[in-house]
Amino acid sequence: MVSFAKLSTFLSEVPATVGQLTSRITAGATGTVLIYSLLPLIFICSLFFGRYDVSPLHVIQMLAAPVADLVPGNLIHIEHTWSAAEENVIYQIRLPRLIAAVLVGAGLSIAGAAYQGLFKNPLVSPDILGVASGAGFGAALAILLSWNMALIQVSAFCFGILAVTITYLLSRFYRTTPTLILVLSGIIVAAFFTALISLTKYVADPYEKLPAITFWLMGSLAAVRYSDILMVVPFFAIATALLLLIRWRINLLAVGDDEARALGIDTKRMGQVIILCSTLITASAVCIAGIIGWVGLVVPHLGRMLVGPEYTRLLPACLLLGACYLLVIDDLARMLTNAEIPLGILTAIVGAPFFAYLLSRKSVGWI
Amino acid sequence: MILDVNHAAFRYDPLRLIFSDISFSLKEQEVLCILGPNGIGKSTLIRCLANLYPLCAGCIRLHNRDIRSLKYRDVARVIGYVPQAHEITFPFTIRQFVLMGRAPHLGLFRSPGGEDHAKADEAIELVGIGKLADKPVNEISGGEYQLAMIARALAQEPEVLLLDEPTSHLDFGNQIRVLEIIDRLARSGLSVIMSSHFPDHAFLTSNNVAIMQHGSLIAYGLAEDVVTEENLKATYGVDVSITYSHDVARHVCVPHKAGQCRCRDLKQPECSQRRIALMPAMR
Repeated sequence: MVSFAKLSTFLSEVPATVGQLTSRITAGATGTVLIYSLLPLIFICSLFFGRYDVSPLHVIQMLAAPVADLVPGNLIHIEHTWSAAEENVIYQIRLPRLIAAVLVGAGLSIAGAAYQGLFKNPLVSPDILGVASGAGFGAALAILLSWNMALIQVSAFCFGILAVTITYLLSRFYRTTPTLILVLSGIIVAAFFTALISLTKYVADPYEKLPAITFWLMGSLAAVRYSDILMVVPFFAIATALLLLIRWRINLLAVGDDEARALGIDTKRMGQVIILCSTLITASAVCIAGIIGWVGLVVPHLGRMLVGPEYTRLLPACLLLGACYLLVIDDLARMLTNAEIPLGILTAIVGAPFFAYLLSRKSVGWI
Repeated sequence: MILDVNHAAFRYDPLRLIFSDISFSLKEQEVLCILGPNGIGKSTLIRCLANLYPLCAGCIRLHNRDIRSLKYRDVARVIGYVPQAHEITFPFTIRQFVLMGRAPHLGLFRSPGGEDHAKADEAIELVGIGKLADKPVNEISGGEYQLAMIARALAQEPEVLLLDEPTSHLDFGNQIRVLEIIDRLARSGLSVIMSSHFPDHAFLTSNNVAIMQHGSLIAYGLAEDVVTEENLKATYGVDVSITYSHDVARHVCVPHKAGQCRCRDLKQPECSQRRIALMPAMR
């Protein structure tokens, strides 16, 4: 368990790093620089950890080799000292898995931060409008009907979008306080789809399909392949880019709808754009990784502690922190026990005490 | 005329008419004060003027164009709206908060630049809260927050300022300070519409006063003509005296009866006897 020892030394450094970061809140720019350098570091380190032992040196060489080959004239030559099995583990298993962790972590965090602004409520998470329950039902149904992996993902994605569409249309029936009605509609739709999930589980074959559904709902990145990533990357990229482009204006929504409109913002249109982007991101995340709670709720808070509530800085910070957070959690999921631990469990088991610790050591303006 | 209101009427739902047949107009540098009892629709009227709610009849014309035909953004370049103070969830600093006033001058995907920061800082200085610029808005006092909201509206560079009870929740000194700032802004070229609960404020700042009662304006005109003992009795149901005070060189409005039972003059039998009679019961 060489890599496990490495992991534990790495983990012992995490609180110190976070402590450094939180103490830099006043010098926010420095904090931002630290956040930016954290992601590549954690990403590379995460490649070292896993059931199959690959030495860090080999990992670095393997990563550098394709780059070196690009340099014309064979100026740099890297000896192929690693085995084909090692290369397979790194390139076909760990790399896609880590890329997925980055996408899902970053996506859920930015969607959560945008929703918290839209709903003016720091307790909102990306599945507030029912996207996770809808997607969960889509996947459960597909598993029940013995569809293949790709169709399970498509079904999850479509039902996630469908759930939010129903929520939105439902909220249009009532004319008062749109945000509150939207949240209530979300609760209604989520409850409905959660019941449907239970129904699917109830009728599922208890030896094969019930465990499959249950594990899918707990979330995991273990089975992610490049093709899955390619399928969702366009949605992630477009929706994230759009949110980043309008991020300064999310500030105005976070202050109040009436005031935002009096300041010339078409709040209804902007709300639709944010809901659409966040839903696309969350549905994509759920369809490749299952239901991973807590990330979209906690990471925006972490971001606010580091760079403040202002969205031009908060959203980029959330992207990076979310990616780092899920990378670390996924490392733990692979490393803590002999069997994989589902991600959805770990995000809360690790995240909840960590968040409680952060809240206790810093007075937070918004709670 | 900047703003023309013609027979405006508004209802939240078909059964509940909030106000109807309201007409007035606003000239450059004019300060109009809207008086009226609680819940009569002053805030609603101001929201309609800010183009937040649509009228159900009549029209509001801004520079001779129907306000409903304009985009939010075009309205926001002419009208600055200062709502009543409310909780803000996230701890934006005053500077970030005031900077939001630059939104109508920025493109959809733009963030504020150097010029916008300069204008926001200028607005913060103008209302006199420069020292607080980096403090979070939920850690400042109600008066400072009110000033921050006025600064945000000024950063919009509007021609008309709409203030919804700018002095509510403020202590005595801050009320007068806010009114002074409003007066200064009007002298520098802004037109102002504000609602207030204090008839005295009408004498302090306004040219014109409109009194709202029973869903319409019962009086509209110069402050000295409109804020009369009869009108205030009809509006608030209490007796007041309007007298000219030579000390402050303006009209003042003094209520008659408040505090009748706590008078120091114990010789008044009604007062002292009732007090004594109450005392055992209070034990």
